[in-house]
Amino acid sequence: MNLNFTLIAQALAFGLFIWFTVKFVWPPLLQAIEARQKNITEGLAEAEKGRNSLVEAKTEADKILADAKARAQEIVANAEKTASTRIEESKGSAKVEGDRIVAAANASIQQEVQSAKQQLREQVAALAVAGAEKILRREVDAKAHADMLNQLKAQL
Amino acid sequence: MAAQYQNPSEYISHHLTFMSKPVAEGGFWMLNVDSFVVSILLGFVGIGFFYWIAKGATAGVPTKRQAFVEICFDFVTEQVRGIFHGDPHKFVAPLALTVFVWVLLLNSMDFLPVDIVAWFTHFIPGGEHGFRIVPTADVNTTFALALTVWLLMIGFAIKVKGAGGFIHELFCAPFGSHPLLWIFNLLFNLVEYISKPLSHSLRLFGNMYAGEIIFLLIWLMASAGLVGTFFAIPLGLAWAIFHILIVALQAYIFMMLTIVYIAMAHESH
Repeated sequence: MNLNFTLIAQALAFGLFIWFTVKFVWPPLLQAIEARQKNITEGLAEAEKGRNSLVEAKTEADKILADAKARAQEIVANAEKTASTRIEESKGSAKVEGDRIVAAANASIQQEVQSAKQQLREQVAALAVAGAEKILRREVDAKAHADMLNQLKAQL
Repeated sequence: MAAQYQNPSEYISHHLTFMSKPVAEGGFWMLNVDSFVVSILLGFVGIGFFYWIAKGATAGVPTKRQAFVEICFDFVTEQVRGIFHGDPHKFVAPLALTVFVWVLLLNSMDFLPVDIVAWFTHFIPGGEHGFRIVPTADVNTTFALALTVWLLMIGFAIKVKGAGGFIHELFCAPFGSHPLLWIFNLLFNLVEYISKPLSHSLRLFGNMYAGEIIFLLIWLMASAGLVGTFFAIPLGLAWAIFHILIVALQAYIFMMLTIVYIAMAHESH
């Protein structure tokens, strides 16, 4: 246990090692660790933000989905309503048209009947006149007997 | 190995002989080449490893090596934070890391089997008369460390309190600033300033020296014959395993005391 120059040499070496660590070893390590700590802090904050926005997006999506469902139902209901209205309308107009056609047919039948009756009447009148001519053996003055003939026609 | 020695005390004294070389005239001007070279080499290995990792340190996902360095970094920083109430990153934590890593490596040399090391050191010119591989079992090394810390401690005390404040504290603390108490304060402080580096260095030296001696005694037993070898192997193993605790604990204590002394220098009374 004798002290000698080794003491001074070792102390110098130790001082240099301390200087080297303070100057060159510690700062880059500190820098890297602090940068990583910052990264992790930011990453955690980002993750939290992401989680929050995910929840928000989910709510938003649910809302949109519910809206769409409601809207679809509304559209279907509207369509059904419109369809039934259309059907009712068509039914109504068809009925009206049918009635109109039936009425027109009836009217034309009536007309035909009238005209047929008229023709018949005229033919009967002619036949009656012809018959009377034959009976009287002379020509009936149509003009002179027009009144009589017309009365006859009307009676037929 | 012991066969070439005349008696057990020669074996032990051989293993406790430094490889001393004179650098100048006078008894003091001797350099223990073994302690000096081994400690410088280990300093380069330890601090160099940290420098290598620190240079390539990434803020992204660290490699296993970097993670290990960062665990050490964190461990030291936490210890400093618990004791020193200033910015640990400016000086104290790097100092503590240097002390811890270096002392741990120096202490670890105790695990190398002395006689196997001796085979190789015998080839070193001048190493044939002894080459001690454990630098912390050399009181010069531990004193060098403790004295450097001591100088730093006084330097910080003067830096923080100013030269006037430092001298004022020498005379006025811890008992009080009454003129009659000045001499007691100064004596108290002198004792404290002398005892700090002594206890700091001798604690480490004593532990490592004793560990070395016990290893030597166990290997001495091994050299006594087949039965001795049979008993020495488990004993050596047991002591080596127990020594892991001592090596780490002494490095830790040395680091903690360094932090405490530097932290105390920063606090004014």
